[in-house]
Amino acid sequence: METSDLTDGPVTSTSVTDDLVVLLRRMHEIRMFEDVVQDWFARALLRGSTHLYQGQEAVAVGVTAALRSGDTTTCTYRGHGVLLAQGAPLDRSFAEILGKANGLCGGKGGSMHLTDLSVGALGSFAIVGAHLPVSAGAAWAAQVLGTKAVSVTFFGDGAINIGAVHETLNLAGLWKLPVVFVVENNLYGEYSPIASTTANTDLAARAQMYGMPGIRIDGNDVIGVREEARNAIARARDGGGPTLIEAMTYRHSGHSRSDPATYRPAGELEQWRERDPILLAEQRLTDLGVHGDVLNGVRQAANDAVNAAAQRALSWPEPAPDQRLDDVWTTR
Amino acid sequence: MTTTQTAPTMTELNYRRTIARALADELDADPTVVLLGEDIAQAGGAFKSTDGLWSRFGDRVRDTPISEQAIVGTAVGAALMGLRPVAEIMFADFAGVCFDQIVNTLAKYRYTSGGQASVPVTLRLSNGAGGGFGPQHSQAVENWFLNVPGLKIAVPGTVEDLYGLLRSAIKDPDPVLVFEHKNLFALKGFLPRDRDDAFLVPLGSAAVVRQGTDVTVVATQQMRHRALEAAADLETRGVDAEVIDPRTLVPFDLATVAESLQKTSRLVVVQEGPPDGGWGASLLARIAAEHLELLDAPPVLIASDPTPVPYSSVLEDAWLPTSARIADATEKLVRY
Repeated sequence: METSDLTDGPVTSTSVTDDLVVLLRRMHEIRMFEDVVQDWFARALLRGSTHLYQGQEAVAVGVTAALRSGDTTTCTYRGHGVLLAQGAPLDRSFAEILGKANGLCGGKGGSMHLTDLSVGALGSFAIVGAHLPVSAGAAWAAQVLGTKAVSVTFFGDGAINIGAVHETLNLAGLWKLPVVFVVENNLYGEYSPIASTTANTDLAARAQMYGMPGIRIDGNDVIGVREEARNAIARARDGGGPTLIEAMTYRHSGHSRSDPATYRPAGELEQWRERDPILLAEQRLTDLGVHGDVLNGVRQAANDAVNAAAQRALSWPEPAPDQRLDDVWTTR
Repeated sequence: MTTTQTAPTMTELNYRRTIARALADELDADPTVVLLGEDIAQAGGAFKSTDGLWSRFGDRVRDTPISEQAIVGTAVGAALMGLRPVAEIMFADFAGVCFDQIVNTLAKYRYTSGGQASVPVTLRLSNGAGGGFGPQHSQAVENWFLNVPGLKIAVPGTVEDLYGLLRSAIKDPDPVLVFEHKNLFALKGFLPRDRDDAFLVPLGSAAVVRQGTDVTVVATQQMRHRALEAAADLETRGVDAEVIDPRTLVPFDLATVAESLQKTSRLVVVQEGPPDGGWGASLLARIAAEHLELLDAPPVLIASDPTPVPYSSVLEDAWLPTSARIADATEKLVRY
């Protein structure tokens, strides 16, 4: 068993197993949360659009498992997974997507803006690439205030060609900011395969231009993701500056709810489903000797928690119309 | 203020130097205040408006790359984590480069998050025409942001207002855009020699800068001074004009304008920049909609032409409303 580098303390197979069970449970919750949201959209219970995270769970869960209290994240409008991975409550996350008063953002933001500062999630941003400088700023504050906090920003391969990303990577490299850039390369920027939009599809290679290390990793292996994130976060915390992690993964759904993803070559989705991050985690646990009943129990517990949260959120009241006037300013 | 001007505790300063003075006083008063922008630290700013701050406050004053999106977004993130960043956009026109960060990130963060955090960011932008900087470095950029709830907008027209409003902006819990008019940089005024919080000017408070009974003239920054020149000229023509400087456009002190109209019943608004979609047109619309009964004549908007700001001094001078034009239009309204 190659587990000697998985934790800081003495490693036992039990601790590895327990760790992985916790990560698996979180991945199940995110998968099931997204399945519910997809179902709600299909049944026209929701308005606007949504961008689902099924298939990419190991990136959010693996990276956020390496964070500690006081650290922060920003993420994209495909951000439900990051919020939930960091510990945002399932029911209030559902409620925000439903536009309820008790949603994380009081129903002001919706699916593309889930934010929960109480868990360090500075939020989901709906403009491609616009959130990277926000994480750089959080990292700058940590530097100025000496808090030792680290910022992590998640973005897609589609964001790699927008100006704010370039500006932020350069600034972070220049100022040696304690920030970790996680590009979730799911091979498609909206409806377009990466090779049709990007001159050099080796995204990790860009790190060199900004004076930081860049690594490409398997984004579907939750333990591997956590390991690489730990290295990058420790380095940032110790003053070593930023890292660019390119996590290779795959989006099971289309870009948004109106996209059936017919542009994907036949068989591609099926191939990636064989490397489904949840499947990989379960296989690993089986290899570690965990019984199938235990795995089913984890799945069932996640299912129960998600469904109960969904029912609670559905039962909560809508915001009062007057609440639209709140929160523009600190004082109304 | 004339009595305090001669007091030994006061010092004379120009508008440009007032910027560094206000920033220094806030950096000194609050250890969470930080500055970022292009060339602001070691070089002291493209207009020397941050001169001396880096040597005094060190890394709390940071040079950035030429990256306006990163500058504004970084300020937002730092504000969320407990700092009070003041970011400089060298020429206000460069707000076009970071328009997204200003209107989608900075202005909306508090609302989008349901009020989970305040975003105490101040943006300083060098604004306005009259200096021969050409079409992309001379615009009255404050008008671009009037339709974006979540941004407060300050347009100081004097040394005292610049000092008091810039410091209030930095202390404010919400995003504030402070427009520093380039053509007022040489304007002189008086400030206390030492930091004095009594000289803060609250956001949302207009100033009646000349009392009058016949007509109300509302103007900001460079136009405020031309309106005062026009008022002096009008006095020789037997017209007694009241001049109001709103000082902040968001929030807007409509009450002071309405109160003046109770007395004068006639309104002239002078706005630097093209007429449509500016604060002047908004003010006319609000007065017409909310206080039509106060008016005895149609309100007048004096604005620049609906063209880019031209470079040649002949063309630029013609583009900006002159005091003569303000005086003539105001007299005509009074004789209406």
